[in-house]
Amino acid sequence: MKVYLTRRYLFVASHRLHNSALGDTDNLETYGKCNHPHGHGHNYFLEVTVSGPVSSQTGMVCDLALLDGVVSHEILDRFDHQNLNQLEEFSNAIPTTENLAICVQQILNRVPLPAHLEGIRIEETANNSFEYAGALSPRR
Amino acid sequence: MIYLTRKAEFSAAHYYHNPEWTPEENLRVFGKCANLNGHGHNYTLEVTVAGEVDAATGFVIDLKELKDILNREVLDDFDHRHLNLEVPEFAAQIPTTENLAVAIWKRLESKLRVVKLHRVRLYEQPDLFVDYYGE
Repeated sequence: MKVYLTRRYLFVASHRLHNSALGDTDNLETYGKCNHPHGHGHNYFLEVTVSGPVSSQTGMVCDLALLDGVVSHEILDRFDHQNLNQLEEFSNAIPTTENLAICVQQILNRVPLPAHLEGIRIEETANNSFEYAGALSPRR
Repeated sequence: MIYLTRKAEFSAAHYYHNPEWTPEENLRVFGKCANLNGHGHNYTLEVTVAGEVDAATGFVIDLKELKDILNREVLDDFDHRHLNLEVPEFAAQIPTTENLAVAIWKRLESKLRVVKLHRVRLYEQPDLFVDYYGE
């Protein structure tokens, strides 16, 4: 038996989408408002999905406090109330939510989690969300 | 193949307790959920069925029929009830969201005729949900 469990987290951060290889006009054309020089911010909602059998002892796929602990330590502590452009993770990448999703997935891939990581999803706004399947099969 | 999702809500009480463990172990593993006086949630259930569109009606399933099945098989028994004390599946099983989703799947699967049950998604709270595909 396999059950998928999804936990939702909030972090807030600022960013500016700007490619230094492009001129100002091209940047503005590509990124629009997101290129405004002083940046802007979002409330990001991160969904982390793990899966596994349900323990007959606990009735759970995993200990939620453990999952929360890892995500808080590895992701929220790193990104919450930060300017993404200033972080090492984005020293060579534009902090679009696509790149942020890849970054979050890669961080979670290399840390021990209390259940199998199925995938992640990030909502940048209520209208835009991004999922990264990486080498994993796409979520249904 | 078309997937159709119907949403429903129910409110219920529960607590988490493994009778094989000491009270201290229960408290360590289940935290606040181990309080034997119970607590409750507003659950949101999403049931997704899969099937072909009927040429005569344009439906995958008659929504009224699906709603009636959800009410009869799940909501009538779960809504405004104490899951540990009043729902038979949880007399000897801990009513976690995981176990609830599996129990709901088992209640629904054999009752659907023209469509196949695809997914049961159950939200315990807006920031926590489980999916079960019958695997």
